[in-house]
Amino acid sequence: MRKLLFQSLLQSALTEPPPSVDDAALAELASSVNRAAMRRLGRSLSIRQVDAGSCNGCELEIHALNNAFYDLERFGLRFVASPRHADVLLVTGPVTKNMREALERTYNATPGPKWVVAVGDCAVDGGLFAGSYAVAGGVSQVIPVDLHIRGCPPTPVQLLKGLLALFDRSEKMAGT
Amino acid sequence: MAFVAALKEKGRPVAVHRPWPRVVVDEEVWRQAILGIAAGEATLLGLWSDGETVHQGVAREPANDVLVVSLPCPQRRFPSVARTHLPALRLERTIRDLYALEPEGCPDERRWLDHGRWGLRHPLGGKEAAPASGDAYVFHSAEGPPLHQIPVGPVHAGIIEPGHFRFTANGETVVRLEERLGYVHKGVDHLMLNAPLERAARLAGRISGDSTVAYALAFARAVEAAQGSEPPLRAVWLRALMAELERLANHLGDIGAICNDASFSLIHAHCGILREHVLRVSAGCFGHRLMMDRVVPGGVVADLGKDGIANLRTLLRTIRRRFPELVELYDNTASLQNRTVTTGLLSAELARRYGAGGYIGRASGRSVDARKAPGYAPYTTLVFEVPTRTVGDVDARVWVRIEEIGQSLGLIEQILDRLPDGPIRIEPGPASGGGAAAEGLALVEGFRGDILAWVRLGAGGTIARCHLRDPSWFQWPLLEAAIEGNIVADFPLCNKSFNCSYSGHDL
Repeated sequence: MRKLLFQSLLQSALTEPPPSVDDAALAELASSVNRAAMRRLGRSLSIRQVDAGSCNGCELEIHALNNAFYDLERFGLRFVASPRHADVLLVTGPVTKNMREALERTYNATPGPKWVVAVGDCAVDGGLFAGSYAVAGGVSQVIPVDLHIRGCPPTPVQLLKGLLALFDRSEKMAGT
Repeated sequence: MAFVAALKEKGRPVAVHRPWPRVVVDEEVWRQAILGIAAGEATLLGLWSDGETVHQGVAREPANDVLVVSLPCPQRRFPSVARTHLPALRLERTIRDLYALEPEGCPDERRWLDHGRWGLRHPLGGKEAAPASGDAYVFHSAEGPPLHQIPVGPVHAGIIEPGHFRFTANGETVVRLEERLGYVHKGVDHLMLNAPLERAARLAGRISGDSTVAYALAFARAVEAAQGSEPPLRAVWLRALMAELERLANHLGDIGAICNDASFSLIHAHCGILREHVLRVSAGCFGHRLMMDRVVPGGVVADLGKDGIANLRTLLRTIRRRFPELVELYDNTASLQNRTVTTGLLSAELARRYGAGGYIGRASGRSVDARKAPGYAPYTTLVFEVPTRTVGDVDARVWVRIEEIGQSLGLIEQILDRLPDGPIRIEPGPASGGGAAAEGLALVEGFRGDILAWVRLGAGGTIARCHLRDPSWFQWPLLEAAIEGNIVADFPLCNKSFNCSYSGHDL
């Protein structure tokens, strides 16, 4: 183990520079985010991920945000285990009817101010599963959504671009 | 005469069902099939319905003698399989929920995928309107003064899929676990009805995102079998290349995650780096990190260039250099071994009875792998071994996966060395020998185990019916057995060492 740790010390970091913030995400947030609240939270947000019916593809890429290349925590974003600790709900999947109540209860258990980010094409409108008897639709059919990050699944870079827009917005607000 | 061959003689074969036969039987033969499976003369591969008929997939082990036994249900009932052979229980409850076909004598009356939320009952068998207020669900009871229940889910603490676990514990020790699944049921069987081929292939690739290549491959092979068509040789090899990359990425990610669940984050961090390398090279070669929608009926849609081959060879060198250090660390860290050795034991007898595939079956003594038997191209011409263990604990499952990584690296190398030239796709269409009502079956080894795909072609290049059976159907119930007697705190570790699919099971 010591050998591995020493090697890591001597190597340059794998972590890549942050991507530019997604313009579409900024535009969507401009109309939806509570600016004063965002400013109060500053550069630290706790994220609770909720799979409301996805195929698990989105979860794999959300997981990748924690690896050494993307290192989400350097931006002050971290995943938490309970909605009670969360500022942001990251919701994937078409919302299935069997998950609808669980999603609503998770949303209600999250203290305000809070934001909802819908991840993946299915989370927008149900995607390929839209119209099924078992699917309620996109996330916004069930709870209010502040930001959509598209993709099937979105790559970690796309996820980062979208999530960083949350901060970019708040910093611009702080400057005004 | 072997059991499966004898069974075949007793039924009436349908016209076009490839590559293995399907026979229509009466109730008596249906019961004989169940008795044979329960006695261990054959393994149950799946149990599904097309609305009018129920189908049992059976195979003699190793699975090179495959047969589908079908019982028409004009009275909308069939003799329960689960009554005699419990591994069929959840599949049977699902048939009742979706198709309104009653398994007579089924030992469990409760609904399974239907939580009373759809606003209707039996979506594929009559569609009666029903309130969507949710059904009560009674868990099996375990009683006694020191026992208490711990409900977990459907929303879990990590970044994982939803499902409910009901623990009954005696202090720290789990006395009983009962799973309740179905939360991510998206109605795939229904969405597949009369779906155009292209849409159906995309759906198949989204049954379980971590196995998107394996599912797309299983679906494509079933469609090609029904059509009687053959994809070009280069496509067959590229498919295997993608399938092995998917296996590699999942094994690397999961070995790290298992160590992380034992609070050993160093291996997790390093495995995460290796997994990311695999995904990036996959994206460079085929244009998508998970290689979604790259395998289609008729071949593949992305070809491998010279740069791709060079990058893959570099990837092999990187993993071969770095991974052994991590394995050594895993093997030499007492605190980690303390968590994984003897934890979550699964007996060989249970694994056999449930026909458990993948690393779960192989860590409990089952030498099964759909790439070997029944086997499919190009694996039949490639050199690889099927690693097994007999202990059946978390550690054994980790070791099977460690060794499978080595086998996959070897397979990728052989594929790169011998990759044939030529076209990568034949135009889909009404191929010779196909036509409406032609049926095809495929068994493909995903990273988690054998995926069964069954299709019936419809008119005008559509899919009339399609059933996709995830390996998790026969693995989820075994987790309930494996956790018994372990402490509650070891559940995440056991669960991750199984890593069953929620979405693949819930359909």
